[in-house]
Amino acid sequence: MEILVCVKRVPDTAENEIEVNRDGSDIERDDLVYSVNEWDNYAVEEAIQIRDKVGGAVTVVTVGDEEAEEVLRREMAMGADHGVHLMDDAFEGSDGRAVAAILKAEIEKGSYDLVLTGAMADDGAGQVGGMLAAMLDWPYASVVNKIEVTDGNKIRVGREIEGGNQEMSDIELPCVLSIQTGINEPRYVGIRGIRKVASVDIPVHGTSDLGLAGDTLGAAGARVKRVDYFVPELGEGAEMLEGSTEEIIDKLIELLKAKGGIK
Amino acid sequence: MESVLISPAKALYFGLPGTWLFITIPLVGISIFAYIMYQRSRPLRKAAADPRSGRMSERVAATVKFWLAQYRHPRYLLPGILHILLFSGFLILSIRSLTLVFIGIFDGFVLPGFGGGMGHAYAALKDIAGSYVLVAAVMLIIRRGIFKPARYSVPARYGKEHTAEAVLVLCLITGLVTCDMVFEGSAAAAAARGGLPAESFVPGTGAWIATGLLQPFSVQTLQKLHSGSYLLHELIFFFFLCFLPLGKHFHVITSLFNVYFMKLDKGTVKPVRWGVTDEQLDDLPSFGVKVAEDFTWKHILDFYSCVDCGRCSDNCPANAAGRPLSPRFISIKCRDHLYRKYPLLGSAAAADEQLVSKVLQEDEIWSCTTCGACEEECPVMIEYIDKIVDVRRALVDDGNVPQSLQKPLQALEKRGNPWGKMERKRADWAAEEAFYSRCPVKTLDRKESAETLYFVDSISSFDDRMQSVARATAELLSAAGEDFGILGPNEKDSGHEARRFGEEMLFQDLKEANTEAIANSGVSRIVTADPHAYNALRKDYTRLPPVEHISQVVARGLVFSRLRLKPLEGDDRLYTYHDPCYLGRHNGLYEPPRQVLDAIGGLQRIEMQRSRDRSFCCGGGGLMLFYEPEEEEQRMGVIRARMAQEAGARVIVTACPFCLVNLEDGIKVAGLEGQLEAIDWSELVARQLAD
Repeated sequence: MEILVCVKRVPDTAENEIEVNRDGSDIERDDLVYSVNEWDNYAVEEAIQIRDKVGGAVTVVTVGDEEAEEVLRREMAMGADHGVHLMDDAFEGSDGRAVAAILKAEIEKGSYDLVLTGAMADDGAGQVGGMLAAMLDWPYASVVNKIEVTDGNKIRVGREIEGGNQEMSDIELPCVLSIQTGINEPRYVGIRGIRKVASVDIPVHGTSDLGLAGDTLGAAGARVKRVDYFVPELGEGAEMLEGSTEEIIDKLIELLKAKGGIK
Repeated sequence: MESVLISPAKALYFGLPGTWLFITIPLVGISIFAYIMYQRSRPLRKAAADPRSGRMSERVAATVKFWLAQYRHPRYLLPGILHILLFSGFLILSIRSLTLVFIGIFDGFVLPGFGGGMGHAYAALKDIAGSYVLVAAVMLIIRRGIFKPARYSVPARYGKEHTAEAVLVLCLITGLVTCDMVFEGSAAAAAARGGLPAESFVPGTGAWIATGLLQPFSVQTLQKLHSGSYLLHELIFFFFLCFLPLGKHFHVITSLFNVYFMKLDKGTVKPVRWGVTDEQLDDLPSFGVKVAEDFTWKHILDFYSCVDCGRCSDNCPANAAGRPLSPRFISIKCRDHLYRKYPLLGSAAAADEQLVSKVLQEDEIWSCTTCGACEEECPVMIEYIDKIVDVRRALVDDGNVPQSLQKPLQALEKRGNPWGKMERKRADWAAEEAFYSRCPVKTLDRKESAETLYFVDSISSFDDRMQSVARATAELLSAAGEDFGILGPNEKDSGHEARRFGEEMLFQDLKEANTEAIANSGVSRIVTADPHAYNALRKDYTRLPPVEHISQVVARGLVFSRLRLKPLEGDDRLYTYHDPCYLGRHNGLYEPPRQVLDAIGGLQRIEMQRSRDRSFCCGGGGLMLFYEPEEEEQRMGVIRARMAQEAGARVIVTACPFCLVNLEDGIKVAGLEGQLEAIDWSELVARQLAD
């Protein structure tokens, strides 16, 4: 099975203290460290497991600047066979629709059976997967937490629905799936693994390679524009419980019962 | 000496002269033994390199101490003494056994040099040895067969009981010494009957008793006993020889070599592959131990040498906590795996049989805190930490790292500390207002320099609670009159656990960064309060100025009266000191922290039952704080807190920030809050600094 996984380089929320900059146009980026968006990492692991089971190849693709190459290398160290870097000055400042359009152009250049994205990104809006499927006119399932490869032209996917219940659906190939965390246990990528793929060639595709018009992309073509970042004001309603551990536990149970948290 | 009885060489056995038989038995026995040994040597010859031939004088000294003098055996008193009896008897009687084999071939054979007085003295000695071996063997049969100490039991998941094997071997030993007693006793009894001068035995020995008991029998019967006991001795002897390499009694042969080639540098971790430099690591196709032959030859010799005595597991904190790790069974399972893979008959099994999942389990391998209690206890110097690190290296190489460890490892890579805190906040602990005004700490850079570097390491830099350990350490350094500073944002995690968790390349990166920062700082010595950093800087790093632990600095400061401590006031609680593994066992620093505590007037200190080299690990440091075992009955910190309480202590002092985390948690989980308090050694001593 030919699988494409869309990955994104994001500020690592676990290892940064995110602060909004003074004029509210962005977050402070000076001291940030970046990594692969967590959901995407699960998607790549899932793709690798499917490939190891039924054969084929896994390609990872990202839309981003030069720095974004590191996440492609990391995912290739994990086991992805190929990487494609979609980079062009014209892509800068793209909204979700434009990113989906760029990805669509790359996907149409190949012949993929399955396209995976993360369900959302740490710094995103969870919209690219759905838009991409719509643009390709392929079936789409979101927040997938289980994939069973059944036969050649369809697969069975599971989604967790309300109350911890599981929903299973058959979906025709080719399709787009957005992957939920917890679908697997992503393998560890150490420095040694990354060094092994350090010199593997990663093709870079820009507007002309993809046959896209620059003015529909990037900040110029964006139809959704970010106007402000701010930290919400501290609201009311927080209550600090005091006393010994036992007293705090008793009060907490009382409160939870009163508010219907436990029956 | 004249004899009434016909000697075995001349006697007829099944109508044939004894000589024939007694040439045949050793020939067959030795051939089978040689064949078995050859088969057993196959994995050793395929194994990885491990240079252990250097430092001969140290090795000889260690062999005399640990092998010949059985130094570690009396740590378990009764079985230890019984083993020393058997072992010394074995050494003494080996000469006699050899002589006996030759007597059957060359009538009246005497070992060169054993003709005159020497021979008589030896005869007396071996009679005494044979007698006490008999007593010890019988006692051990009773102990193993009837009392069955819990230490030897084998949980079902690890394999089968070996009591039968142990008792069989004890019976063989009993048989060997009894045969010799009958052999000699029958000759002496017959001589007495024939009116010839008989060999006189040491009164009370087995041969002496046998002579007395056999006195009433006819010469004919005595001849039968004489010839029969010789044959039986011969058969048992060669059966025993061939039986040794089949099971746990292989140690009778291998332990001498295993001790001689022991690891001499405690606290170190073996390189990924011997002979491959750090710079060449990138070129290695594979890391660590994936199949059994990836172990070094010495590690395979370890497996062969394991006596299955269970002392390691008896002291293993992970085992006590109910984690799926029992060091003893790492050896036994790997040994049995090798025996299966290289059978005595037939060809070897497929070469690519993976160790993890087939022989060892992932959770088992990650459960080890590398505390070293197992290695400290093993009488035959078997290593465990290096093996576990090697298996972890293979798991890391294949991406098999528990989810709970992936985040901290990645944070170490990106931020130089396992919490992923910002580098620029690394020195924030020193900026606390009250502290800063009292004890300003220099951050060493192009402008600031100092003689001594205080290497803080991650936990004391970033953990809210442990920052107080960093501040206390700085105050102690300042009180001792040290001109010191810290690296601040340029310091990275020492990588001690990154290395011991198998992430060698990450460790190499951290080591390089720190080595460069330390070199640039221009300091001439290093002090740390974190035993893990202390061990890393001393054992894992090279090209560094001398490294000391803060307790050494303070102990010296007290001797030279550079600093003074005031007595405790209104505190009559009992204190106990918990030895951190990487200060005590791995570096032998048991005394300095205790000396300083004892210099605090009014401080009453008691020892826990498990202290010094038998200290019980708190639960492990560094990345072990993040690891969530799949299986665990109780946390080690809880067990340790209870041990302190049982000793009667109200305060448990430790000299390691990780111990403090685990002990404080342990006290809470054990419900001992208010009854037991944990405090860091530096905090306590800094509090008692005289103005």
